Amino acid sequence: MAITDAPKIVTSRLGHPDSHTLERYLATGGYEGLRKALTMTPEAVAAEVDAASLLGRGGAGFPAGRKWAMLRKDPVTYLVVNGDESEPATFKDHLLVERDPHQLVEGVVIAAYALQVSQVFIFIRGEFALGLERVQGALNDAYAHGAVGADIFGSGFSVDVVVHPGAGAYICGEETALLESLEGKRGFPRIKPPFFPAAIGLYGQPTVVNNVETMSNLPWIVRNGGAAFAALGEGRSTGTRLFALAGHVNKPGVYELEMAKTTFRDLIYAPVLGGGVRHGRELKAFIPGGVSAPWFGPDQVDLPLGQDEVGAAGSMLGSGSVVVMDDHTCPVRASWRITKFFSRESCGQCTPCREGSGWLERIMERIETGSGREEDLDLLLDACDNIAPGLTWPPQQTTICVLGPSIPSSIGSAIKMFRDEFLVHVKDGGCPYA
Amino acid sequence: MTGARPSHFSPELAERARELVALYPEPRSALIPLCHLAQEQDGYLTAEAMEEVAALVGVTPAEVLGTASFYDMLHTEPVGRYVVAICTNIACMLGGALELLEHAEAHLQVGVGGTTADGLFTLEEAECLADCDRTPCVQVNHRFVGAQTPESFERLVAELRAGGRVEEIPPHGTLVRVRRTIGLAADPAAVAAERAAEAEARAAREAASGDGGGR
Ligand SMILES: Cc1cc2nc3c(=O)[nH]c(=O)nc-3n(C[C@H](O)[C@H](O)[C@H](O)COP(=O)(O)O)c2cc1C
Ligand code: SF4
Ligand code: FES
Repeated sequence: MAITDAPKIVTSRLGHPDSHTLERYLATGGYEGLRKALTMTPEAVAAEVDAASLLGRGGAGFPAGRKWAMLRKDPVTYLVVNGDESEPATFKDHLLVERDPHQLVEGVVIAAYALQVSQVFIFIRGEFALGLERVQGALNDAYAHGAVGADIFGSGFSVDVVVHPGAGAYICGEETALLESLEGKRGFPRIKPPFFPAAIGLYGQPTVVNNVETMSNLPWIVRNGGAAFAALGEGRSTGTRLFALAGHVNKPGVYELEMAKTTFRDLIYAPVLGGGVRHGRELKAFIPGGVSAPWFGPDQVDLPLGQDEVGAAGSMLGSGSVVVMDDHTCPVRASWRITKFFSRESCGQCTPCREGSGWLERIMERIETGSGREEDLDLLLDACDNIAPGLTWPPQQTTICVLGPSIPSSIGSAIKMFRDEFLVHVKDGGCPYA
Repeated sequence: MTGARPSHFSPELAERARELVALYPEPRSALIPLCHLAQEQDGYLTAEAMEEVAALVGVTPAEVLGTASFYDMLHTEPVGRYVVAICTNIACMLGGALELLEHAEAHLQVGVGGTTADGLFTLEEAECLADCDRTPCVQVNHRFVGAQTPESFERLVAELRAGGRVEEIPPHGTLVRVRRTIGLAADPAAVAAERAAEAEARAAREAASGDGGGR
């Protein structure tokens, strides 16, 4: 395994300080993908995306082409872009909306053309104040340039694109909660079935929801062809992907890497990537795909960054975030903090998620702060089992959305990998790292 | 009864509100953006603003409150001029965020959720803000100010106290500089008139159906 010299598909412009401007965008091939798409039939554009076998970059990894095909049988009414990016330690879409908003806009218009949609909403989390400004600014410029709006580039195709701000709620990243929020309501996920967005989405109409990074790949795919994209990567993991590397590494950041060709070891240790564990320490554990994912230990660093490979090893590539913990990290504290996050962000509709997250948080807190008991470990696992029966991977679903069943991942991993350290907390009446 | 009520929004804001409502097929979709705007004018969501938003999107003020209270960024109680959010989620925690938060509490002499006596700062413990390679991550009024150490945090606070950084850190809210300037699919004034007519018709129907309130 190695770091390949695959082209930068979505980060090619980021070296320029003015990467967000229309001038820079046009000087670097901007809107050529859209011009090309408009000379093709919508079906032919969709076929390129299908050929690319582009997997959705929002977390679930569903092929975009297949999602679109399910919809094109029905007339699709809306395209909604998911820029909520709130999965802890995931920070790639942040980069794309702030630093290359035109690439997103171009991708969105290409998708709208392929799907023959005339109304698009780009949902961006409210905390991205600058991101919202940049995307709206890009849209204003793109309208003036004739790339969005009525009769785009004289093709006869028209689409309106609205930027919509979130208001602070992790759950609105879940696509049906996002649609509720976009309808001006509380972000309560809807029950699937029947509320699959493709069937009953925004305002009850068929809707495609795709992630910001998924959309940002489209200009390149149309310019270079789906086959060129599919030639990169390995197996089902085609193209490149953004990996957000955080935690105890020398060089945290967002890295675009060819899928399934690079390993976690490369990402964490290569001098041009993570540059190794901070302060010359040892790797203790890492989270391979957002805090909903089970943790890995040092013996799994040679796994490739591929969707199926990570899935087969019992976790997921998820949102593309990798969190590194060094040997000075308290695993109890880390999983307590993750549990606290879920407890805060549970929307409260389902009992196992609402009550379970609170219980788990309180038990974790008492272990970390020194008043835990040995039986608490079984209690934790028992409560986890109530939320996600059997503690299998992927978890069994007992709730409306998968936030609930994701809660046990970190606790289950921490206990499995570091049971001794939990016991030390109990015996010593406190955190040995404090 | 419509039309006569004086607007709680400034004329400029009222115009922007009409624009926002016109962007959506259903007016209620503008509810959250309008709350952001109102918050920028008043510092938080006042009862008057919620009434105004309710009238603009055709729901009751209670529905606006019920919706707004779900969202962390919408404040139905006054907050400081600067809302300082320190992320303590996993990446930031590994980068020393809990220590920074403790320092901030001591320095500002407020607990999490509290506002300083001078009304300048509200301190929040945030969940991940998606800036996890610059830890601990801090936002002021939803503007990223980069990783902070206890020392740099004190300097930042002093700068804000002295009235610095006003350009970079506008009032609490996020839409102040986000404005659609081109290609409006619908004319805001026409949409506003249409919505007002709908509201009037609804009111007339309710009045005609007897007690007006019971359903
Ligand atoms: C709790 C939860 C949070 C989610 N957060 C996000 C998010 O922040 N951004 C995102 O694109 N997808 C998120 N998703 C996945 C979306 O539901 C959806 O699958 C995705 O937006 C589809 O886009 P894609 O197919 O292009 O990946 C989340 C899912 C769940 C269950
Ligand atoms: S699982 Fe949790 S977050 Fe998802 S709908 Fe149920 S209560 Fe809400
Ligand atoms: S974990 Fe703090 S910004 Fe992401």
